[in-house]
Amino acid sequence: MPGARSKLRYRPLNLARWLIWGLTALVMAVLPQLFTQGFALTLMSQMGVAIIFALSYNMLLGQSGMLSFGHAVYSGLGAYVAVHTLNLASKGQIWMPVSLLPLVGGLAGAFFGVLFGYVTTKRAGTTFAMITLGIGELVFSCSLMFPEFFGGEGGVTTNRVFGEPFLGITFGPSVQVYYLIALWCLLSMALMYAWSHTPLGRIANAVRDNPERAEFVGYDTQRVRWFTLIISAFFAGIAGALGMINFEIVTAENVSAARSGGVLLAAFIGGVGFFFGPIIGACVFIFFVVALSGYTQAWLLYLGLFFMLMVMFAPGGIASLVMMQVQLVARKRFGRIAPHYLGAGASGLLVLAALILTVEMTYKISVDSADGALMNLFGVEFDAAAAIPWAVAGGLWIAGGWLFNIARKRVARVWGEIQAEFVEGRT
Amino acid sequence: MEFFVISLLNGVSYGLLLFMLSSGLTLIFSMMGVLNFAHAAFYMVGAYAAYALGLKIGFFPALILAPLLVGLLGALVERYGLRTVHRWGHVAELLFTFGLAYLIEELVKVVWGLASVPYRVPEVLDGPLFILYSTAFPKLRGFMMLVALLMLLAVYLMLKRTRIGLVIQAALTHPQAAEALGHNVPRVFMLVFGGGTALAGLAGVIGGVAFVTDPSMAASLGPIIFVVAVVGGMGSLAGAFLASLLIGIVQTFAIAVDWSLGGMLGVIGIVVNEQTPMYSLWKLQISQVAPVLPYLLLVLMLIFRPKGLLGTRAD
Repeated sequence: MPGARSKLRYRPLNLARWLIWGLTALVMAVLPQLFTQGFALTLMSQMGVAIIFALSYNMLLGQSGMLSFGHAVYSGLGAYVAVHTLNLASKGQIWMPVSLLPLVGGLAGAFFGVLFGYVTTKRAGTTFAMITLGIGELVFSCSLMFPEFFGGEGGVTTNRVFGEPFLGITFGPSVQVYYLIALWCLLSMALMYAWSHTPLGRIANAVRDNPERAEFVGYDTQRVRWFTLIISAFFAGIAGALGMINFEIVTAENVSAARSGGVLLAAFIGGVGFFFGPIIGACVFIFFVVALSGYTQAWLLYLGLFFMLMVMFAPGGIASLVMMQVQLVARKRFGRIAPHYLGAGASGLLVLAALILTVEMTYKISVDSADGALMNLFGVEFDAAAAIPWAVAGGLWIAGGWLFNIARKRVARVWGEIQAEFVEGRT
Repeated sequence: MEFFVISLLNGVSYGLLLFMLSSGLTLIFSMMGVLNFAHAAFYMVGAYAAYALGLKIGFFPALILAPLLVGLLGALVERYGLRTVHRWGHVAELLFTFGLAYLIEELVKVVWGLASVPYRVPEVLDGPLFILYSTAFPKLRGFMMLVALLMLLAVYLMLKRTRIGLVIQAALTHPQAAEALGHNVPRVFMLVFGGGTALAGLAGVIGGVAFVTDPSMAASLGPIIFVVAVVGGMGSLAGAFLASLLIGIVQTFAIAVDWSLGGMLGVIGIVVNEQTPMYSLWKLQISQVAPVLPYLLLVLMLIFRPKGLLGTRAD
């Protein structure tokens, strides 16, 4: 009785959901009015692109349990197709407005998703990870073989400003590009969120959790993985094309293993267990890439360490840490544990300072010592070859490590007590 | 003929180097189910450690000491890193080794810089071993083969003839049963991981001196040894041996051949020139395609024979 069921449907307005999405849109619209410097705009534009890319990656890792080491293939090839389309359009050979280029990139990504995905999704688990790695390397090696398409070492350059301005929009100023990215980002986020509630999205979760059962229920797990990968590749292609519009260049680096690894790091750091995890991860990742790389040569080291710590101690990512606190706040226990967090944070800062000091001094002496070992860290000038800074670093390591260990145990104890109270309250 | 023999020798020596790496990878995988993404990173650490030690104590002591150091590092990583992550499943372990590869590469960059280090061949191994027709075969290549074969023999004897080898073999297939019999399986895991990384370190000592020692050496060799492990069959040492030689020889021959599809069509009378559609595909020489070949082999293998050459499981 499909007719009768549709009449009985109970569907209240989900106020919280509308509120969150509305606020997100508002924040994205207002941010460039608050931060008008070029640096902030670049940062936000890149974050928008990274958010789409990381969310599309999480469709695979978080929602379908596919650990891919070659996701940049789809975003990169999408970017290449989009850049060639843009170049043709600016020569007047085809009609294509800049604002619709992400769609071109997305379709190209989906096309390669159909092609490569058919091979990769035949297997799951570790073998899937290896094939994606192989496909990634395959495409990257091809980039040097076909310079006509990939542009060789220099890549393919383009100019996003062409033709008559439409409603005064030329995409010349970067703020216009930001709004284009923000619009596509919001649209992609909404679509990907909606996807996770479709039957395919749900069955993808089932295939992730128990492929055997999903197969017994009657689903072809390979096909579920394949379809998921195609959709994920579509969004990756959108991200690739937006990145191309932002930078006006596409190089072989866009399909490289480093890019694939980057999106994995971003999604994982944010947290693959929650939809919003990769959004946080993408922002943190871009912050590392753009902001930190200006200050230190060893930024990748810090990023790698951060990732390792997350893998070892918080495999749910930042999102899971946030959600754990939300639980405490909701039950009015956060105030009890907050001082201990403060202690752990303060002692953690000591350890961080020790780490930064050690890494930067090592770097100064071993690599950058051509013009002496004098260096400047946080506004303090000192000689990295002298013994005193090293003694300071050693002292920080010992003191910080000792204090952090105490604080960590306290946090764990209080956390355990609170959890025990929750359990008691329930029974 | 001259080209054939020299290329074959070069291919075999490169293949044996690949085997030094892939054997450790395969051992670790078949034992612990962990695909060690950082394996090539340990190879790089081996090269750098041998370079740094070699400056003080000479090449040959470093040849012994550097792999031991790398093995120790590997054992520590297993004990204090991998074992912590183990309870969160295979994906977490994979991600851990992936992050470790990242971290090691960055640490190497911080300590030794971005450029390559002057890690030179010792005088004893410098120069030609023999001259075949008119081409010289370097001593270093011969030494590489010797070390790899000795290592192969040592690993074989250790696995088949010693008590610890028996325990390892038992833990390979029946970890619970081995544990129930009173063997410390986690310690065996640590030993295997340390041993596997020590083998990678040994390969690094040789590979670093034969090729270039720079921070990109791990990233360039890493994917190839995965290809070897998959093509040979995950978890099969004999398969890894075959696949190493296969890929070593194929790559060495491919970079020396300048045939192209267009040229072959020219032989049978079809003229291919710039007006032909898809000319960029026809004009490709095999030497240009060489870097792609291992990955192509990997993809084809996974489509047609997912368990690899000599593998037994296809999961």
